[in-house]
Amino acid sequence: MNKMKKEVKDNPKKQPRNNREILILTYFFLAIFVAFIGYLIYFQAAHGEDMANSPYNRRRQNQLAQKVVRGQIMDADGEVLAKTEIDDEGNEVRVYPYGNLFSHVVGYSMNGGSGLEAGYNIRLLKSHASIFDRVQNLLSGTKNIGDNMVTTLDRRLQEAAYYGLGDSRGAVVVMNPKTGAVLAMVSKPDYDPNEIGELWDYYTSEDSQGDSSLLNRATQGLYPPGSVFKVMTALAYLRENDDKYEDYLYECTGSINIDGEVINCYHNEKHGTVDMKHAFAESCNSAFVDIGYHVDKQTLIRLCKSFYFNSKFKLPLAFSKSSLAISRATTTYQIMQTVIGQGETLVTPMHMAMMISTIANDGKMMQPYFVDHIENDAGTTIKTYKPKQMDLLLTTRETEIMKEFMTAVVQEGTATSLRNSGYTVAGKTGSAEYGTKKGSSHSWFICFSPVEDPQIAISVIVEGAGEGSAYAVPVAKNILDAYYYD
Amino acid sequence: MTSIVTTAANYLIIIIFAVYTYLGFHVFKKKTEEERRHIYRIQALSVFAISFLAYTVLYLHTESLELLLYYGAQTMFFLAVLIAFPMIYKNCSRLLLNHLCMLMSVGFFMIARLDLERSVRQFLIAVAGVLISIFVPVMINKAKFLKKWTAFYGLFGFALLAAVFLLGSVTGGSKINVTVHGITLAPSEFVKILFVFFIAGMLHKNTSFRRVAVTTLCAAAHVLILVLSRDLGGALILFVVYMSMLYAATKKFSYVGAGLFCFSGAAVAAFYLFSHVRIRVLTWTTDFDVLKNDSSQVSQSLFAIGTGSWFGSGFCQGLPETIPVAVSDFIFAAICEEFGIVFAICLILVCFSCFLMFVNSSLQIKDNFYKLVSFGLSVSFIFQVFLTIGGDSKFIPLTGVTLPLVSYGGSSVLSSVIVFAIIQGLYIMKRSEGEVHE
Ligand SMILES: [Zn+2]
Repeated sequence: MNKMKKEVKDNPKKQPRNNREILILTYFFLAIFVAFIGYLIYFQAAHGEDMANSPYNRRRQNQLAQKVVRGQIMDADGEVLAKTEIDDEGNEVRVYPYGNLFSHVVGYSMNGGSGLEAGYNIRLLKSHASIFDRVQNLLSGTKNIGDNMVTTLDRRLQEAAYYGLGDSRGAVVVMNPKTGAVLAMVSKPDYDPNEIGELWDYYTSEDSQGDSSLLNRATQGLYPPGSVFKVMTALAYLRENDDKYEDYLYECTGSINIDGEVINCYHNEKHGTVDMKHAFAESCNSAFVDIGYHVDKQTLIRLCKSFYFNSKFKLPLAFSKSSLAISRATTTYQIMQTVIGQGETLVTPMHMAMMISTIANDGKMMQPYFVDHIENDAGTTIKTYKPKQMDLLLTTRETEIMKEFMTAVVQEGTATSLRNSGYTVAGKTGSAEYGTKKGSSHSWFICFSPVEDPQIAISVIVEGAGEGSAYAVPVAKNILDAYYYD
Repeated sequence: MTSIVTTAANYLIIIIFAVYTYLGFHVFKKKTEEERRHIYRIQALSVFAISFLAYTVLYLHTESLELLLYYGAQTMFFLAVLIAFPMIYKNCSRLLLNHLCMLMSVGFFMIARLDLERSVRQFLIAVAGVLISIFVPVMINKAKFLKKWTAFYGLFGFALLAAVFLLGSVTGGSKINVTVHGITLAPSEFVKILFVFFIAGMLHKNTSFRRVAVTTLCAAAHVLILVLSRDLGGALILFVVYMSMLYAATKKFSYVGAGLFCFSGAAVAAFYLFSHVRIRVLTWTTDFDVLKNDSSQVSQSLFAIGTGSWFGSGFCQGLPETIPVAVSDFIFAAICEEFGIVFAICLILVCFSCFLMFVNSSLQIKDNFYKLVSFGLSVSFIFQVFLTIGGDSKFIPLTGVTLPLVSYGGSSVLSSVIVFAIIQGLYIMKRSEGEVHE
């Protein structure tokens, strides 16, 4: 290029201005190619590994596994959650020392894989062993040792969540609301990943479909949100009536009738005259139908959209999209149902953990993540994962008001069992009816603590717990006790 | 043993190729012919070194004796080209000759790794192409009639495309190939050359509005019949070649503006008319996060590139056979997988260096006909490179064209060799007149 320019300059007569257009187009192609090379580098740096890790790229991943001993997965303290052992005959066995405890979040590597094992498959099959080791392995024909992955998971909290849930079906997600680091994730019923090979046929057979033990309910389970959704309804109302919400008053008679459609309060309880805070704290359905009815549909839809209802976000585990089923055409009854979390809205426990974390974190929604860093077999850090903010969704004023409401839930509302625990908690209970049978409902609780400077956010669902939201709160309490006192 | 050699060869190939590429640009800084000669010799040795390393690895993995014979034949061929051609034509461009051999060599061993039989066929056609191309510079220098055959270029080229449209067989949704007596040809590869000569013949003296209008109509007919055959990559190349040549000949940007305006309309129409265009454009606009959970052609290509990463999985260590049409349209992805992105970037730079050499010849020629011919061929070459590498990596929508000299395809390699020979002819012509130095 320079050469050509020079020639043109050197020989002004020989090179008539005939060449100007040719040079312009040459520079044009140069620019395209520079852009392309930049793009190729960007692609590899930003998306290459993700692409390589695709479930549709298993053949290449399996090929890597023939050259590298799969790395370990560890909790935040370096405790091993998954490792590969080689027996005397040289066979590799994947071992999960904690058995069922981490079954869904860590997952398994066989049979197509699941959990973090699948989400970071290619990472565990790469080796950054020292060049000396690698050359030695090459010469001796042995496999390189793959990189280890240190997760953000906290074993204490995982145990508290796991045993707190007991034999109930359901799921728990614990996050650090400020960073998005997932501290614990439990789904029940569970399975022992050490036995996945033997039990595979059973788990995938017709008989066990009802159990769906392999399903990670925390990220893939879709549940009606119940009263937990009142958080969104309240936020939508605040957005429209920022300065007037304190004037809101409603006279609850145990039920509300709009255009002939009736919605009852829980157990037809008459809450009397409630302002917005008390309606929220006591989870008064009638008041919230009234509140929701006065909110413009578009405001609610836009707010939910911004909170990733009906859309995907980045997560290394398989997950389901939460769905909000209202549109312009929705009938009054459907709206009445939706604003109190019944109707056709479906959410995942993971998504609700992100929602509560956003409120705890001054409106900043953080990207949930599970891996703190990757290190080679000698413990040298290869790559660190930094917290990432997805969006700023709420104003400080909005989060302050919501914190006040949620504190009231614990202090005087539906979660008073947490009132004198020695730490401050703000949260929202929910009880979501499902199916047509009366009385079959899921118990929800989402919360964060301490209220002044939130460090931990929890989302709990206990399936078909019978009546009320009393089942999920104790699970959260178990986790909080472990967080503060263990 | 095999794995040690494979690993060592992988890094050596990348290093040698990087040095080769660097020298290809560095050579311009050298003042004396002697210094430049020295660099060209190192480059020529690199061609042999890379070929040697690649076939060593390939042999270790296949242990096929045929392969050794094939390697021997190839080495003889490159020796002949690199030694004999400069002996016949003292004034040829050595750099271009090295690039020609390097690109062909990479194509040969990459195709051999995927399908030995096809690689051999490709090689034989390349040999034929080089034999033909020995006479091309003579033609360029002696045959004064070349400028006068304008109508022939246009009519013959159009007739070839029409034949494809009427008699062609459909592959992958488009008609590109015609089979005559058992030999499958892709005539559009040759029409590109005829088209460039035709446009140059039309516009080298006369660029009146009337003349431009007539030329545009003829060019549009070419493009249109390609569109009807659904060879949209070919149509796009002819369109860009025409716009570039028109701009160079008339120096009027307004024509280019009008052309781009028509193109936008045509692109929108194509989007709604052709389902495969729509699919490709939609795939192109899809996020990587979504493509990740997909098994489309482009996804497969991106898996290969992503897994290969910077330094590749090593020759014969990846799974390029899982990429659809890996030997032709997606050979860039196959190369990325096994040799890595660093190697691929060098390959792109070598192609771009070829383009600069093409353009350089165009800049230095005073004869307007050959100036336009040379520039048209430059654009045709580089734009085709861009379409294939850009399509394979989702930089632009997929068009399904070949990487010149590297991809499998007899017509493609034959026409590319002829194009290189034409440019060589132009260098030889100018240098014999003692006017030009590289
Ligand atoms: Zn009430």
